[in-house]
Amino acid sequence: MTMKTSTRQVDGVTIVDLSGRITLGEGSVVLRDQVRELLSKGNKKILLNLGDVNYIDSSGIGELVSAFTTVRNQGGELKLLNLTKKVHDLLQITKLYTVFDVKEDEATAIKSFN
Amino acid sequence: MSEQRVSYTLDSTLETVNSAEETASRLAAEAGFADEEVMKISMAVREAAVNAVLHGNAYDPGKKVTLNFERTPSDLVITIRDQGKGLDPKNIPDPLAPENLLKTSGRGIFIIRSFMDEVEINPTQSGTEIKLVKHVHG
Repeated sequence: MTMKTSTRQVDGVTIVDLSGRITLGEGSVVLRDQVRELLSKGNKKILLNLGDVNYIDSSGIGELVSAFTTVRNQGGELKLLNLTKKVHDLLQITKLYTVFDVKEDEATAIKSFN
Repeated sequence: MSEQRVSYTLDSTLETVNSAEETASRLAAEAGFADEEVMKISMAVREAAVNAVLHGNAYDPGKKVTLNFERTPSDLVITIRDQGKGLDPKNIPDPLAPENLLKTSGRGIFIIRSFMDEVEINPTQSGTEIKLVKHVHG
C-alpha cells in the first residue's frame, strides 16, 4: 500500500495526516513533495500525524529527517504526532526519538507550536 | 523441523525490493517466527535488497540480485548478492554518531545489524554478499 496524505489547518498549524508506508520509491517522494508544497505556501508550522503509518524503512526515516531539517532551516517547526510502536521503536534505535519533537496528543501538540 | 532452501534471481528494480521483503515475511512466518520477529527479518531483508539494488547494482538492468533463503533446524539464513562495485564494511559511518544523526541516509546496515542475530558482509568476485542469520528460539 502506498502512502496517502491529507492536510488540515488548526490554529495556524498544518496537520498532515499520513497513512500507509513511508519507504523508498513510495511514501518518501510523497512526503517530500508535501512538505515542499506547504513551505512554498508559507506554512511553516507542520505536524505530521503518523498514526496510520504502519511501516517505515531507512529511506523513510531519512525523508523524515530531511523534512525536519528543511522546515527548520526555513525558520519553521516540524513535529511528529501519534507514532505507531514500529515507528517509535525505529526512531528509538536510530537515536532520532530525542531529535524530533514527538507528541502523543493533538491538542497538546497544537499548543506547543510558538 | 524440515530444512528448506529457495533461491531467486531478480532484476535491479524497486519491485525486487518489495518482492524480497514480501518473500522474507512469508518464509519467516512459515518458519514459525513471532510477528515482531517476522517484521524485523523482513525489514532487514528489505534494507539489504535496497542496498543491492540502489547502491550495489545502481538500477543497472544488466545486473542481477540473487536472494537465497535457507531454513535449518537452528536458523533462518538469508543471503543477498549484488553485482555492484563492492561495499567495504569498515568504511560504513556510524549513524548514531552526533555528526551523522541528521544525515538523510546511512542507516540501512545499522538497522540490519539491529534486527538480525548475525550479519556478515563479504566482497565477492562480482560484487557484495550480505548474509543475515536469525536464530530459531524455543
